[in-house]
Amino acid sequence: MNAEPLTQLDPGYTTVMRIEGLLITVPFIIAAGALSIANVLPAWAPGIPVLLLAIILVIVLPIKRYRSRGYHMAGDRLRVVKGVLFHADTVVPFSRVQHLDVEQGPLERAFGIARLILHTAGTHNASVTLPGLAHADATAMREDIRQHVKRESL
Amino acid sequence: MNGELSEAAQVSEDEGAIEMGEWRRVNPLTMVAQGIRTLGGAIVPAAFILFGAASQEAMLGQVAAYAVPIILLIIAANIVPAWLGWYRLRYRIGTSDVRLEQGIISRSARSVPYDRIQDVSLEQKLIPRLLGLVEVKFETGAGGKEELKLALVSEDEGERLRETVRALVEDSDEAGAVGEDTGVTQGVAAPGRLLFAMGQGRLFTYGLFSFSLVIFAVILGAAQQFEFLLPEGAWDYVTDWFVDERYTDAGGYIDSLDLTARILGILTFLFTLIVVGLASGVVKTFVRDWDFRLERTAKGFRRRRGLLTKTDVVMPVHRVQALVVSTGFIRRRFGWHGLSFISLAQDSGSANHDVAPFARMDEIAPIAGEAGFSLPDGAEDWRRPSPNYYFDRAVISALVIFVIGTFGFTVAAASAGQMVPGLAIIAGIVLALIALVIAREFYLWRYDRHALDPAQVLSRRGWLAPRTQVANRVKLHSVEIAQGPLGRWHGYCNLNFGMAGGNFAFNGLNLEDARKLRAAVLDSIASVDFANLPR
Repeated sequence: MNAEPLTQLDPGYTTVMRIEGLLITVPFIIAAGALSIANVLPAWAPGIPVLLLAIILVIVLPIKRYRSRGYHMAGDRLRVVKGVLFHADTVVPFSRVQHLDVEQGPLERAFGIARLILHTAGTHNASVTLPGLAHADATAMREDIRQHVKRESL
Repeated sequence: MNGELSEAAQVSEDEGAIEMGEWRRVNPLTMVAQGIRTLGGAIVPAAFILFGAASQEAMLGQVAAYAVPIILLIIAANIVPAWLGWYRLRYRIGTSDVRLEQGIISRSARSVPYDRIQDVSLEQKLIPRLLGLVEVKFETGAGGKEELKLALVSEDEGERLRETVRALVEDSDEAGAVGEDTGVTQGVAAPGRLLFAMGQGRLFTYGLFSFSLVIFAVILGAAQQFEFLLPEGAWDYVTDWFVDERYTDAGGYIDSLDLTARILGILTFLFTLIVVGLASGVVKTFVRDWDFRLERTAKGFRRRRGLLTKTDVVMPVHRVQALVVSTGFIRRRFGWHGLSFISLAQDSGSANHDVAPFARMDEIAPIAGEAGFSLPDGAEDWRRPSPNYYFDRAVISALVIFVIGTFGFTVAAASAGQMVPGLAIIAGIVLALIALVIAREFYLWRYDRHALDPAQVLSRRGWLAPRTQVANRVKLHSVEIAQGPLGRWHGYCNLNFGMAGGNFAFNGLNLEDARKLRAAVLDSIASVDFANLPR
């Protein structure tokens, strides 16, 4: 069951992560600008670490994250894989799903991306999040899983 | 006041059977129990203050005049809110939920639907017990603090409430699911079959194995807390003892003794320590586990225990998620083990319910069987975690000790300026610790194991005091394989199971092994729907 190919997330998810990375670097850019103006160091010096941070957060990490993530939806279970340094590979059988959420933040909405969240009754992994789906896919998957939950319970 | 109370109690007593959908109040004697508790809290310091003031003769005359009004005021300040609180609290056993409304000025109303009630348990602390009252708790599995509590009702009322609510809970369960215990709704009051009990002899042995020196910490803490109550000058005496070097007298006294006397002194000290530790263990055990009885009733497991605080907990069989067999490294040599259940409901703060805290394996096996589990019997295909996992752990902890040790050594060497015996001791300790850590990891690798049988997942961890966990395969909710950077490099991972009410994880498995386990477990989970789980 580990041989099955993982479905990649929506490519738009990389863009969302890039913008999020950029948002994280903004305060550092401002701080670096302030340092440059203050003339404590040579004007270019604070730029270097900020540039490195920006490269990592905006260019490297989103790609790595995107590549490391994926999911596989089988007939009765969903497998979610994630993690660049720390891998986690979680499988939730639909028969154990208590309820489902599809969530969107403002950035995600702008790019038509959504998160699918599966809630189980377990203490560990009480909710399993699958981010970076196209909104239509996420709702379709939710309906699928819901149908399944309903059918099994009858 | 007294007559009025007993009259009111009489009325509630006469009401008898519990009417559905009728608002009720808790027993008026609750006010007495609460009053005694708060007064007990207030009177002790008050008495100390009065005593302290009275011991200074000049103050005596002034204090005596005020003592009586002050005490009356304290009592009045307690009675009025207690009565209001009682008057404004009411509960109702409805057709679909239990409701509780309380609050003197701001009101809160809580409703708990029957199909969310995991269990109804009774608890009796010392004072309520003398008054014949119990506290009824409706557990919802919401993590303990958000449950519904009725404090306090009479013993009969508590028992009736429990039976009524439990029958209603069973009804609502059966409407939703077909479980193994359909048709067991009758026989509500049927007496249980005794599964396990601890007599005084057993309790005493258990107490001896529960050696604890906590009592010293408690005494020290209390001494600090009530410092102001100590006779004036107690601390000064202690300080003087050090500042004025009075302890050199004691040192001189010890010096004057010969070797035998010194050894005898040390032995006496150790002996006292051991006796106190054993005695406090015995007392603690007697207070907590007095008259421990585990019964199998029609509804599930019923456990009663306690000397001062009596508890009466019933746990439905189908709510048992997993069981844990644990032991201590000394008691294991004598063949003693403990059994506890992991379930959604909480047991006085801990997630595990003790069902046989101190028993022989042949006593534990039938209890586990009653809960629908079978203990490992040697026929399992036990597998070991990856040796790389233990190797990495040993290397990491050895490195940490080495770094700290080197730091300490350097600092000590720099301050000493030359080679002194102390440095050799530091180096020796560091080396010994490293050797110990490596030996521990090696033995853990030899002893930790896990297995999968057709219905359960089993894990045994630990070397000196092994802990065996057994979980039902279909009662798991998700399976995760997690890997850190080291794990990816060396090919091992953690296998985490999502289980209701507890943690269940195998650490440091071979990746291949973990995948096989996961596939097997998932197949059995997916084949049974959550709603059809034996509830």
